Amino acid sequence: MIINTKQFGEMEIDEDKIITFEEGMLGFEDIKKYTVILNQDKDVPFNWLQAIDDSDLAFVITNPFLFKEDYEFDISDKVINELGIKKEEDVIIFSIAVVPKNLKKITINLRGPLIINIKNKKGKQIVLDQEKYKLKYYIFEETVKTNIG
Amino acid sequence: MLILSRKKDESVVIDDNIEIKIIAIEEGKVKLGISAPKNIEIHRKEIYLEIQAENKNAAIGNLDLKGLGKLFKK
Repeated sequence: MIINTKQFGEMEIDEDKIITFEEGMLGFEDIKKYTVILNQDKDVPFNWLQAIDDSDLAFVITNPFLFKEDYEFDISDKVINELGIKKEEDVIIFSIAVVPKNLKKITINLRGPLIINIKNKKGKQIVLDQEKYKLKYYIFEETVKTNIG
Repeated sequence: MLILSRKKDESVVIDDNIEIKIIAIEEGKVKLGISAPKNIEIHRKEIYLEIQAENKNAAIGNLDLKGLGKLFKK
C-alpha cells in the first residue's frame, strides 16, 4: 500500500510491516498503526516510526542498547500476554528520540521504551517507574562521559 | 470522583482485590501501601504525564540525516 510519510512523502510499504499499538503512544492514544521506515545510511543508527493514517506523525527511534549498554528492565507478565510474546528473540526494543536543531543535544527516552513483538507486529509503549532511567538521556554527552570514565 | 477520609493504618478496597492503605502521614506527604494482583499496573501519574509530553516533543522533530551522519562518521 502507498502511504504518506513525514520525511519522504509518498512511499510504498508492505502491509505485513504494519505494527499495531493497541493503546497508541502516550499522548497519541488514537493513532494505533505505524510502520518502521529504515534509514538507508547504515552509519546513522536512527530510523522512523511513521504513523500509517497520519502523515505528519513520525517518531525518530533508535536501539537504546547502542547508547546505554547496561539498559535493562523486566517486561511484566501483563505486557507479555497483551503482546502475545512467546520468545525473547521475538522482541525488539526501541527508544523514541527528541531531535532538536542542535543535533549534539539529541536525547532518547529511556523511561518509555517501545516493546514490539516482531512475530505478530504488536507493540506497546511501557512506562518504567525507575529513577535510574532518564526521560532525556543525552546520547552524545553520556557516551563521551562513559568513554572517559 | 469519590472522596473518602482515611486515617493512618486504614485502607480502601477496590474491586475485592486491590487494597490501598495509608501507611504514614507526615510533612505534607501521604505514604500509601498498595496491594494488587500482578497484572495491575501502578505508576505515579507524573511519570505518565512526562512521557506524554516527551512523546509530543519527539513528534515535532525532524531528523537531519546528513547533519547527524557527520556526528557519527569521524
